[in-house]
Amino acid sequence: MALKPLDIFKLLPKTNCKECGFPTCLAFAMQIAMGKEDIKKCPHVSEETKAKLLQEAAPPMKVISIGKDNEKINLGGETVMFRHEKTFYNSPAIGCIISDSMSDEEIDNSIKNTIDMNYDRVGVTLKSNIIGIKDDGKGKFIDIVKKTSQTAKGLILMSQNPSILNQAIPLCKDVNPILFYADTVNYQEMGSIAKQFSVPIVVKGKSIDELVDISKKIAEMGVENIILYPEGSINQVYKNLILIRRAAILGKIKELGYPVLTIPTFMTDDYLKETMYAGNFIAKYGGIILLSKLTGEALFPLFLERLNIFTDPQKPMATPEGIYEIGKPDSKSPVFVTTNFSLTYFIVSGEIENSKTGAYLLIQDAEGLSVLTAWAADKFNAETIATLVKKSKIEEKTSNKTLILPGMVAQIMGELEEELPGWKIVLGPREAAHIPVFLKDLSST
Amino acid sequence: MSIQIPEPGYTGKIKEITIGVGSKAVTVGGQSAFNFHTFEGQIPHQSLIAYEIPDTIPDDWMDICKKPYQDVLNDPIGWAKKCVEEYSAKILVISLISIDPIGMNRPASDVAKMVEKLIKEVDVPLLFWGCDNPEKDTETLRLIAEVCDGKNIGIGPVVDKNYKQIGAAAIAYKHVILASSPVDVNLGKQLNILLLELGVPENKIIMDPTTGGLGYGIEYTYSVMERDRIAGLLQQDDKLAFPMICYVGREIWKTKEVSLSSSEFPKMGNQEERGILMEALTANILVSAGADILVMRHPKAVQLMNEMLEELK
Repeated sequence: MALKPLDIFKLLPKTNCKECGFPTCLAFAMQIAMGKEDIKKCPHVSEETKAKLLQEAAPPMKVISIGKDNEKINLGGETVMFRHEKTFYNSPAIGCIISDSMSDEEIDNSIKNTIDMNYDRVGVTLKSNIIGIKDDGKGKFIDIVKKTSQTAKGLILMSQNPSILNQAIPLCKDVNPILFYADTVNYQEMGSIAKQFSVPIVVKGKSIDELVDISKKIAEMGVENIILYPEGSINQVYKNLILIRRAAILGKIKELGYPVLTIPTFMTDDYLKETMYAGNFIAKYGGIILLSKLTGEALFPLFLERLNIFTDPQKPMATPEGIYEIGKPDSKSPVFVTTNFSLTYFIVSGEIENSKTGAYLLIQDAEGLSVLTAWAADKFNAETIATLVKKSKIEEKTSNKTLILPGMVAQIMGELEEELPGWKIVLGPREAAHIPVFLKDLSST
Repeated sequence: MSIQIPEPGYTGKIKEITIGVGSKAVTVGGQSAFNFHTFEGQIPHQSLIAYEIPDTIPDDWMDICKKPYQDVLNDPIGWAKKCVEEYSAKILVISLISIDPIGMNRPASDVAKMVEKLIKEVDVPLLFWGCDNPEKDTETLRLIAEVCDGKNIGIGPVVDKNYKQIGAAAIAYKHVILASSPVDVNLGKQLNILLLELGVPENKIIMDPTTGGLGYGIEYTYSVMERDRIAGLLQQDDKLAFPMICYVGREIWKTKEVSLSSSEFPKMGNQEERGILMEALTANILVSAGADILVMRHPKAVQLMNEMLEELK
């Protein structure tokens, strides 16, 4: 395992000079121990110490940045096998392959889809991050590179033709394009292009041994950023993804300490099956996932899975405080109130939606806690709810002033009635699943 | 060159549970490695998909899910036979939605009569799932346990509030318990301990960790299941080394995301395929987290998941 913060601290100058960007040497040491910072940021330690620490405390998996501006993302940098052990940091880049044997219309549509297929959820935009550009020898490769580089998203240059790559890389250098690929046959030629332009390169292999071998050779040529691409059937790839992650995280085998590329579309012609493979690679260790095309029915579920698996289990997910209109509420619609735990929000809003009755949903910031936990912690009570009702100006939207309280907190009803004169406080169901029945009864009374 | 990749150090084995009797009986569990990890341990029984069969017309099911069952919507026995004959179902879940006191509130004795007929006509293993009302579930499942004496069925959800009553019936009639706890490793373990202390044999418990849908808390279920499985396989925690069942279909098909129409929300793509993929993708990652039985609705989603199980075995 990695060094402990105190072991690292002993090797630092202990002057708290702040030149590394942290207030104290100890704080810096802790960041290094967590694999988040590099010892190189300390200008005062000796080369010998640096070398020693770099070897012992280097993050087990390299971080590689691709794309630019708002589209810039990190790949790799994972430190655990299972998300509950800490968290997964950098969610896989998902995108499609555009080949130069596609018609101009198909090419333009794929680029448009890559840009347009965005979905907003809990204040996060779910989107595609990468495009694979495949050279089928039809002479349009450079044109596609020019067009796609405008998206600012990451690019994978899937060509084995050195003269085309030499032309293409300068056109998109600012998104840090990834060369695809080096294998046992061509690693010298491809490796030297990656070295010359200092861009990342994919190392392709059918077995772990092959990947280790080429990755080592490419690194020895002075290429820093490598992406591993285990080829094969779903069975072989699934196994190799697990072994690569284990080798990197638990074995500290540096030849395998890189993000991994997966290409479900090269593994099957069936679009639904390709999506299933992609689903596997989101959970189990893909760093990049390339699909045949981007369609809402597949992309949206994959994005949701990616969002969920890469949610930090150490932090509760929270929805912003405020008024949410569900269905088409009017001045006679009731107002539900609940906490800002994202799951609570999703489930309650979903059930109101199911009831086909318009309603307002008032979300109170309770630090991302669920209703009962928030109530127990005194963060969701008559006072906080009354304050929010007033602050949110929900009264301007509803004339019948009916506030529905979660059934779990029946005990605060009386107090809330006192806090909110003029409001009719109704006790809602204990389970969100009962909201549709509840609303039916409410409207019939 | 050859490198040494550390191994997880498996020490345990998941208990084997058989459901049903005769040639159609099925067995789950028994694995000595994580699901899909056939390269480093024994996975003697592939995970199974149980078709969900409502015991009355499922008004809240989406049309997309009702469509394949249009001819049997009000006929649970016909529905069960259809799943076995047309879709080659190896196991079924009868979802007792009709008994819900805040819904139809059908008497337990009426349901028991239906079950009596059902077991004469269907020979694949059966699981019976209540309405999440602990009292009504107790009353109904106890009757069903008696009616199904000798059939080795599964009954649930058994929760901390009714484990004694349902547990006693399961012991008396030798059925399998589906022990349900709210997405929590310790609560799951505690319920297993209570059931074992009550005298439920250890080859008669399947855990239900409570399933969240994709976009609705699947990450909690996923991590709790991974922790359960790690405890059972790597940390000698015998009390967590049980097979797991996930109620997938119900969680997926009630979400807003599957109900959005293709015409109104073009960015969400084809509505039917979106729902199918959401159900299949959820099932898929739950198997990798440790699921042994998946309760599912749409035949196409089941087919996709079955293909994955076949390819990753």
